[in-house]
Order: sequence, then C-alpha cells, then structure tokens
Amino acid sequence: MKEHPLQIKMNTNTKLKVSNLTKTRKSSDFFWAYLMIAPTMLGLFIFYLWPIFQTFYFSFTEWGAFGQFEWTGLDNYKRMLEDTNLLKSFKNTGIYIIFTVPIGIILSILIAVLLNQKIKGKSVYRTLYFLPVITMPAAIAMVWKWLYNSDYGLLNYILSLFGIKGPQWVSDPKIALYSIIVVAIWSGIGYNMVIFLSGLQGIPKSYYEAAEIDGAGPISVFFKITLPLLSPVIFFVSITSLIGAFQVFDLIFMMIGKSSTALESTQSVVYLFYQHAFVLNDKGYAAAIAVLLLVVILIITAIQMVLQKKWVHYD
Amino acid sequence: MEKTRQLVKSKTFLIHFVLIVGSVAMVMPFLWMILTSLKTYAESIHVPPVIFPKDLQWGNFIEVFGLLPFFKFMFNTFIITVVRTAGQLFLCSLAAYAFARIEFPGRNILFLLALSVLMVPGQVFLLPQYMIMVKLGWLNTLQAVIVPGMFSAFGTFLLRQFFMGLPKELEEAARLDGCNHFQIYWKVMLPLAKPGLIALGIFTTLWSWNELMWPMIVNSSPESMTLSVGLSSLQGQYLTNYPVLMAGSFLAILSMLVLFIILQKQFIEGIAVTGGK
Repeated sequence: MKEHPLQIKMNTNTKLKVSNLTKTRKSSDFFWAYLMIAPTMLGLFIFYLWPIFQTFYFSFTEWGAFGQFEWTGLDNYKRMLEDTNLLKSFKNTGIYIIFTVPIGIILSILIAVLLNQKIKGKSVYRTLYFLPVITMPAAIAMVWKWLYNSDYGLLNYILSLFGIKGPQWVSDPKIALYSIIVVAIWSGIGYNMVIFLSGLQGIPKSYYEAAEIDGAGPISVFFKITLPLLSPVIFFVSITSLIGAFQVFDLIFMMIGKSSTALESTQSVVYLFYQHAFVLNDKGYAAAIAVLLLVVILIITAIQMVLQKKWVHYD
Repeated sequence: MEKTRQLVKSKTFLIHFVLIVGSVAMVMPFLWMILTSLKTYAESIHVPPVIFPKDLQWGNFIEVFGLLPFFKFMFNTFIITVVRTAGQLFLCSLAAYAFARIEFPGRNILFLLALSVLMVPGQVFLLPQYMIMVKLGWLNTLQAVIVPGMFSAFGTFLLRQFFMGLPKELEEAARLDGCNHFQIYWKVMLPLAKPGLIALGIFTTLWSWNELMWPMIVNSSPESMTLSVGLSSLQGQYLTNYPVLMAGSFLAILSMLVLFIILQKQFIEGIAVTGGK
C-alpha cells in the first residue's frame, strides 16, 4: 500500500512533537529536581560538608587569643601522643561504651521480649519504660545527682537500711564513671526497647507455632528463633548505640562539676573536645581531637560491618 | 491441663514481676523529683528522708521563676523547636521527593554526598559552624540554633525511604492532569508520607527540645538561652538547694511530658520507624 505524501508528513510531524514533548518534560523534571533539593543540599554543604574539610584543615593549625591562627603542620597530632588526658579520655569513653552498649542492648531485648508476650497492661509498661527517652539529659542528670547525693540521697539511705555505708557516687574517682554508666543505661533502655519490639513484631508467628509443635521450650525458642531473626535489628542498634556512646557528653558535663575530683576519671573524648574548643580556646587541638574521633568511629563501624557477616542473619 | 494452666499462670506472674521491678526503677527518679520539688529545704535534707512533704511547697516553683527568666527559656526553646521541626519537615521532604521520584543527572552522587554527613560525628562540624555564627553575628540569637538544625541528612534519608515505597500510578495520573512536580509532591505524595513525616517530626522535636551542647556554645546570654542550658546554669549557682533544683528540672521536662502523654502512640511508633529504617 502506498502512503499518501500528506500522511507521511503528518507522521514525522507527530513523532517530532512527541520527542519534543519528552525533551521538555525531561528538562522540566531536572529543573524541579534541582530546585527541590537545592535548599537542603545548600544547607548541608554550608553547615556540614564544608565544615568537615575545615575541621580537617584546622587540625593542622594553632589558634591565638583573637581568633587568628597559623599553620603548624603535624604539631597537634604530635601533641596528642604525649597528652595523658586524651589517653585517659579514650579509656573513660571505652569503659563507658563497654558497659552501656552491651548491657543496654541485653536489658532492652529482655524487656521487649517480655512485652511481646500475651500479657495485660503492655501499653502502660511501654509508656513507663519510654519516659526517660523524652526527658532532657540535663534534667535526668540533675535528679540522678540528687539520688546519688552521698549525705541526703535516697540511694545511700536505702543502702543504710541494710547496714551499708553508701559511697560518694559522683565524686569518688573510682566510682563516678560507673554511676554515670548506670544513668546512661537507665535512660537508653526505652529507646532501644521500642526498636526491638517492632523488630519482634516483624517475626512471623508461624515460626513460633512450628517450634511449639516441635515441643521447644521458651529458652530454646529464644535462642534458636527470636535471637537469629532479630539479629539485623540488634546489629543496627549496636551500631547506632556505639556511635552515640562514643559521643557521650551531656551526662558527664551535668553530673561532674568542673572542679570535681572525679573529672579526670570521667571526662570523655567529646568532653575534652568541648574543653579545648570552647573553654580553653585551643581550637586547633580541638579540631585534631574531632578528626581522631571521626577516624576511630569509622574504623570501629567498619570492623562491625565485617564482623556482622559472622552473626547477622538476613533471610 | 490443670498443670499447664498453672504453669501459664506462674509464667505470667513472673513476667509481670520483672516488668514491675523495671518500671519502678524507671519511674522512681521522676517521683522523687516531684516529691522533692514540693519539700522545704529542711525536709529535703532530713535523715531519714521525709517521703511526703508536710505542706506542699509550691513556693519552690515560684523561686525558680525568680532566679531565672524561665518563661523566656521556655519561649525560646518552643520557638526553636517549632521552627526547626517545621523547617526540617518541609526542606527534607522536598529534597527526599526529588531524590526518590525524579531521575536527574548527578542524583546518586548528590545523595551519597548527603549521606556521608550521617557517618560523621557531630563534633566535627561544631567549630566551623561556630565560626559561621560568629561571622554572621548570630551569637546569642535564636537563629543560631534554628538555622543549622533545619537541614538534615537523616531526615532526607528517612523520608526518601517513604517516598520510594509509594506506587508510581498516582504520580502518572497527576501528571496527566497537568500537575508539575511541586504540585505532585504537595498534593499527592506528602499526604501519603504522613507516617514518615510524623516520625521525623517527633524525632526532631525531641532532639531540639533536649539538646545541650550546641545551644550552650552559641547562646550564653539569658535572652536567647534554651531550657537545657538554663537548667545547667541553675545547677552552677544553686548547688545545694535541691527542692528548687528539682522544681526547675520538673518545669523543664513538663511540656515534653504532657506532649508525650497526649501523643504516646505517635511518639513510640515514630521512634520505632526512625530506628527500623
């Protein structure tokens, strides 16, 4: 069949029109996309991305009293090697992490598993455990400091009923860090519990029914079904809690006074960063501490990523 | 049969027992805070402790307001929290929509760039951020706390997950009706991403209300102080009067407590969402 010349013309015309249409649609797509991401990307760039490079640069400088600074090369990093305070702050932070992260995770899994049973009053329990999560750390620190008060605190009074003379919870250098750890665990349980609870609810009921038919006891159900199926959530929580614990500041700042005898044995890496950056006006060294913190966190996260292959089950 | 019923019963009892012991540990500090805030100073340091104050000392609360411009702190914290949260919800969802639903050159690189912020501990940003505030002359202003807090890589990431899960048909229908991307985002997608928006909103509200370090660094004058910072300064100047300290602490957490009690479900589900993604 021979096509009419007019028809051919029309065909090419519409084709042209269509491709023009997709072209304008595409460029309008781009226009909208860039417009929509612009505010956030600009904000992130100015306040977050560029500062990473700036901090890195500052870590090679030394600051004067009036905000002027000069390039000093690796001096700050060399200084770190001899800074016993920094070493101690890493040790303190390490102890803090070793206790708060695992104990916090174990307790919140326990509570989540119990709340996942068929019992009455679930939502009341959930609310009570969640209370510390919504409370500002400054207020938490304040009330715990009062509970820990060695002369009039409730805690030492309760101990005295059993004939025990309670210690100086927040001013004894040997104990203060552990007192803070207790508060940290207390205030973090609710947050992780909620995440574990939603993870538990994602485990299909059929697994448990099958286990029941096989006659498995609650403990073997927990270790053979619940724990492996929850492992991706545990992995997630362990990463976020570890990163969070590495940056502990508020509780220490609030609970341990600036002139406390326990300051040396409690100050964390971030506390030391704050001191150098905003109290001592030693910003170059503070920047170096921040860079070191970044490197350590990246390394530990990377290690966790590698280790997860051994224990996290994705199905 | 009788035996299994008894077993179930004792199991339930054990579960409740553990949960109740835990609950007491959770609530006791709050109760002690409230009880102490209503005691006289003498009652608060009495040995053995006075559990219930003889007369409720509401004066402690008045004293807090006399010591510090507490209403001002509350107002500041409120403004900071509301503007930050609203700003973040709008800006993050806008960017998240584009990242999730539009294909454009450089999308992956730009998104990775935004994500890289999540890997970096906050202290790395603080010094340069502080210097920006000095340069802008924003020290001791509310915008010093508000503006950097309006941009969030976390929020963008979270909401992008939500937008990615929505069906494509909705968008196509809206396009045939001649909607542009902003209209699709605003009219079609935003209402559907509500759970994500609520989650991010609660997360940001909590964070802004409770944050200590950044507001302390940039705002040290009482005019622009937040509750957290005000509370920490109260501790310095009023070291031993615990009834007043507890009254101040209670006032500082009260609004968030009320909000939580009203929006319990949203709080808990919201936190579960931010953790699960």
